[in-house]
Amino acid sequence: MRYSGLRVIKEALTGHKGWKPTWRDATPQNHYDFLVIGGGGHGLATAYYLARNHGAKKIAVIEKGWIGGGNVGRNTTIVRSNYLLDGNEPFYEHSLKLWEGLEQDLNYNAMVSQRGILNLVHSDAQRDAFTRRGNAMILNGADADLMSTKDIQKRYPFLNVTDARFPIKGGLAQHRGGTVRHDAVAWGYARAADQLGVDIIQNCEVLGFRIESGKCLGVETSRGYIGASKVASCVAGSSGRLMAKAEMRLPIESHVLQAFVTEGLKPILPGVITFGAGHFYCSQSDKGGIVFGGDLDGYNSYAQRGNLPVVEDVCEGAMAIFPMLGRVRLLRMWGGIMDMSMDGSPIIDQTHIDSLYFNGGWCYGGFKATPASGWCYAHLLATDTPHEFATAFRFDRFAKGQNDR
Amino acid sequence: MIINHPILGPRDSAEFTYMGDAALLDRPDWQAKDALLQFIDYGYLRDNPAGPHTELWYHEQGDRSFLVITRDTTTHEISSVKLASDVARGRGRSK
Ligand SMILES: Cc1cc2nc3c(=O)[nH]c(=O)nc-3n(C[C@H](O)[C@H](O)[C@H](O)COP(=O)(O)OP(=O)(O)OC[C@H]3O[C@@H](n4cnc5c(N)ncnc54)[C@H](O)[C@@H]3O)c2cc1C
Repeated sequence: MRYSGLRVIKEALTGHKGWKPTWRDATPQNHYDFLVIGGGGHGLATAYYLARNHGAKKIAVIEKGWIGGGNVGRNTTIVRSNYLLDGNEPFYEHSLKLWEGLEQDLNYNAMVSQRGILNLVHSDAQRDAFTRRGNAMILNGADADLMSTKDIQKRYPFLNVTDARFPIKGGLAQHRGGTVRHDAVAWGYARAADQLGVDIIQNCEVLGFRIESGKCLGVETSRGYIGASKVASCVAGSSGRLMAKAEMRLPIESHVLQAFVTEGLKPILPGVITFGAGHFYCSQSDKGGIVFGGDLDGYNSYAQRGNLPVVEDVCEGAMAIFPMLGRVRLLRMWGGIMDMSMDGSPIIDQTHIDSLYFNGGWCYGGFKATPASGWCYAHLLATDTPHEFATAFRFDRFAKGQNDR
Repeated sequence: MIINHPILGPRDSAEFTYMGDAALLDRPDWQAKDALLQFIDYGYLRDNPAGPHTELWYHEQGDRSFLVITRDTTTHEISSVKLASDVARGRGRSK
């Protein structure tokens, strides 16, 4: 069923009886060509692009809970491609381009909003660094705009550019950046994948791998054994504990990142702003809540909740640039488990075990990567060669000393 | 989180800096034949368990000691706190 404005009107007039479930509730088959573990944004996008770009058949996504219950449903929804390094920027720019066409492609309203992102500058050194970054972005075909305090005042009149504790001296803006409705991304990919025949199997936890003579044959799950020609791990913050079942140690630590949302306010914040003198970033959701976050709690954690010292630190950051938020009430706060890689870059690669593939290490920035991650992982799975935009995202970069790319 | 420091008693974890897996105490022998491989493992690979994790905390805002702490990464319950220097000496090291 295609969604459209006409359809909404028709359903409104006929008592909304014609809507179908967004995806089938599939039961596991004995064997798949491609078995993707993890029904987050990346896993669902991978399955979708396997079917759409590579014409693959017999694909399943297995998810231990419900799809979208992991980081894809917990993040602060910011998308951007303002990266510096050559190994990263083309990948993230590809992702931003995919975001721009996503809703037409998926026929699903993911509320992609290119409201712009502004990284504030507070010192000369920071301006130099952001100038360099902006140039690197432009060289890679992305947009970047070094804004003066005057430009900033026009767009964000409430920012104090004269006598704040950390004076604002300018900023690097990417006007094509913005926000996307996080769970709509999971649902949109799930629906589109389902329509191409992908089985989405929820409440199915992978408990172990069946590995014989160095080859992965399938997975043991809470709903029985499922065989597969290719098994693709895509479990973000759970990467360490899942891959331990294949006796793999990863260049990854799991850490908790917290996020916060306030009560709804009238529109006051038109874009995304990041503070440059502390770790704090925020945007305003379409419902009006100010959505913000900051630093990791800073120690290994698989608990999806954080501790108070970081809450204090994040709120101090908020008060430093938005004193007006001081009297706003916090509605909710929560945490998600981040797969922090040793160099801050992700991994999309084969493992040393035949037919077992790995996608992870997204740190606290993998939401924006969702479309390109699925695109490149699907390419790797279908062709056994890395996608041109993901050649730097290999396991061996650490041993080769190439982890600065 | 409260860390029960062996010398100073219960301290707020915010006084500490987290320094990672306590496996970092066991630096590979740089003269070993496969030293390069061992150092890649040592530098980059982690067990990253969901459950009890033995880790290093540095009392930066306190007595500057390093502690070896066993903490459950799913509940944050701390089951053991030792001075890292004691742990290292227990393994036959001079300091
Ligand atoms: C608070 C917070 C704020 C963030 N803000 C941003 C941001 O503004 N911009 C940005 O780009 N990124 C952000 N991120 C990061 C981003 O959310 C993640 O990098 C990204 O969502 C990870 O990919 P995913 O969607 O596939 O992960 P997930 O949604 O976590 O998917 C992994 C799935 O695997 C499942 N799984 C785990 N183990 C098993 C198993 N054994 N068997 C079966 N299934 C299993 C999990 O249940 C989960 O659903 C943020 C993250 C957090 C927590």
